[in-house]
Amino acid sequence: MRIALEARPEPSRLMAWASPLLAAAATLVAGFMLFSLLGKNPLDAFFVIFIEPVSTRYGVGELLLKASPLMLCALGLAVGYRANVWNIGAEGQLTIGAICGGGLALWLPQLNGAWLLPMMIVAGAAGGTAWAAIPAWLRTRCNANEILTSLMLVYVATLGLSYLVQGPWRDPEGFNFPQSSMFGDNALLPLLLTGTRLNVGFLLALAVIAAGWLFTARTLAGFRMRVAGLAPCAASYAGISAKRTVWIGMLVGGATAGIAGVGEVAGPIGQLLPSVSPGYGFAAIIVAFVGRLHPLGIALASLLMSLLYLGGEAAQIGLGLPSAVTRMFQGMLLFFLLAADVFIGYRLRFRRSPGAGAIPAPAQGPTR
Amino acid sequence: MSVLSPKSVLFTMLAVLAGLVSVSAIAADTPLKVGFVYVSPVGDAGWTSQHDAARREMEKALAGKVVTKYVENVPEGADAERVIRELAQSGYQLIFTTSFGYMNPTIKVAKQFPKTYFEHATGYKTDKNVGIYNARFYEGRYLAGIVAGKMTKSNIAGYVAAFPIPEVVMGINAFTRGMRSVNPNAVTKVVWVNTWYDPGREREAADTLISQGADVLTNHTDSTAVMQDAEAKKVYAIAYHSDMSKYGPHAQLTAVTHQWGAYYTKEVQAAIDGKWKPGSIWGGIREGMIRMAPFNPVVPKDVQDLVNRTAADIASGKFHPFTGPLSDNDGHERLAAGKVISDDALLKMDYYVEGVQGKLPATK
Repeated sequence: MRIALEARPEPSRLMAWASPLLAAAATLVAGFMLFSLLGKNPLDAFFVIFIEPVSTRYGVGELLLKASPLMLCALGLAVGYRANVWNIGAEGQLTIGAICGGGLALWLPQLNGAWLLPMMIVAGAAGGTAWAAIPAWLRTRCNANEILTSLMLVYVATLGLSYLVQGPWRDPEGFNFPQSSMFGDNALLPLLLTGTRLNVGFLLALAVIAAGWLFTARTLAGFRMRVAGLAPCAASYAGISAKRTVWIGMLVGGATAGIAGVGEVAGPIGQLLPSVSPGYGFAAIIVAFVGRLHPLGIALASLLMSLLYLGGEAAQIGLGLPSAVTRMFQGMLLFFLLAADVFIGYRLRFRRSPGAGAIPAPAQGPTR
Repeated sequence: MSVLSPKSVLFTMLAVLAGLVSVSAIAADTPLKVGFVYVSPVGDAGWTSQHDAARREMEKALAGKVVTKYVENVPEGADAERVIRELAQSGYQLIFTTSFGYMNPTIKVAKQFPKTYFEHATGYKTDKNVGIYNARFYEGRYLAGIVAGKMTKSNIAGYVAAFPIPEVVMGINAFTRGMRSVNPNAVTKVVWVNTWYDPGREREAADTLISQGADVLTNHTDSTAVMQDAEAKKVYAIAYHSDMSKYGPHAQLTAVTHQWGAYYTKEVQAAIDGKWKPGSIWGGIREGMIRMAPFNPVVPKDVQDLVNRTAADIASGKFHPFTGPLSDNDGHERLAAGKVISDDALLKMDYYVEGVQGKLPATK
């Protein structure tokens, strides 16, 4: 007997709902085995990882705080991904956004926050957009693969930030350490919940999610992007410009990542450091796919990803698990989520004889 | 309202007294919870690994009186504040934050938890409940330089360095001065890798230095890559942070090792005794924070003796690695003959001394 994956004639609606549950079940089983093997009570471990981090007001604030940059980056990336525009450089666009927004904060320390903060956000979005425009231009002009160019520009951006905080923008009072001065209160996003670090950047992320939904579901440009992704040939027959698709896909991703960068430096960090993000721009790629490139899905996936970060720390503090184990567990969960989504477009077939074993191409694949 | 009778007052006083006694009895019996925040995974060599070895040493020395916990791989930046706060919130009474980037987060959390003690390594901001500690790594670097100067044949030493901050620059300069004190023709070549930990880039940097003629390597980065590369390419190396003879049994001449154990034991004991005060400690060979690893047998006896004598002189205060005349590598005099550099000038060091090749990146 052999097992084969067979394309479904059309994506299964049932599996679209059931696959996250399947993934959750698989994670629980695998986690149960993993934690038992390590000599920890799996139920305790699940509690510490998934419940404890959000059992306090502060914890909820942290969850939303950490989800915000993921939401912003992933939403912008998804706009491109739906149209087969592969922006891998959100981390760099985020960094440039942080430089532009943070630069304003250092440049205009006396300006009233009501003026300064919106200017910082606009500057961050503009910076991220400009950074994303480089791979877009290279793709449309020279046909350079945007996966490579956008990724390589991440390193350029981080080194640029590193240069600034070690050179011209270094804190004069900071013993030559590579960091800028702390921003004034006028350059810090107002807090939303007292006793937490949650700031209005979260509302901004929600607004961008809503805007992203409106764009994909309700505008002609959004429709064109979807067509370009689902059926590139049909799109070009219909007169949808492939170049325009690339430009929109890259620039939207750059703008949201740039805003996320401002949100970090004007939020929990409060200054420019050699590194302003623990890899949100890359984690957002996973978030975008776990969220199935849908704005609502992305919002949920960001919360899940954020919870996994917090749970990983809680497991170290509460259970004394090494960070490698918690990361392994996080990896398993994300793997199961993505793997279970295969069953939306495919089904398992058990065959008795060695028949046609190859995986046939899907008639209509999943939406990516 | 009930009327206060003398009897009830007496009773209340007794109850309060009993309560106080029992509280202090609990305080004496309950082990002190001590937390550590690490910037990288513990691993078996490097910066974090030395802090963790010290944590275990302290835990052993104060067995039964402490409970320790560490959180590893915590990125500097927004996440650090949450982790430090979580530890404080979960009742850790003394928290060591062991990376420079934890400075502002530590200060922020300390304001929210005035009864918790914090100690931050390598920073400069203190508070009522935040002390700082650091080691005079440069003292060990000077000794490493003496060994390198005696062992090099090409008169070129290679230095793989992370970021051009004063701590690292100080190390390069001390190493070079030590080297040239025994071999005035030797020079140091530096490659900056702009990361604390990236074995691939560290190894590439080591390769570059070897191809430029360096036959003794050292590094101010966190992995064992430079040592392993030296072993593979049959050149010498002087390890940093940890003894890495396991990774370079032939290559390692000695190592400048960090020893935090005695300090942690002392601070935790002070906290247990209720005598903890925020300090500003910059300890070196004298305080036992810096120690050289055993010499490779290829290092001649007279060189070993010279290093040990110099170490004793540094410890006793008879000798300082930065004693004038001191010139930078542009030829400007930075310190007149016979003068000893101030701690303040050391902590702001932003120039290469004579004998280091190249220009320091990103200085104005």
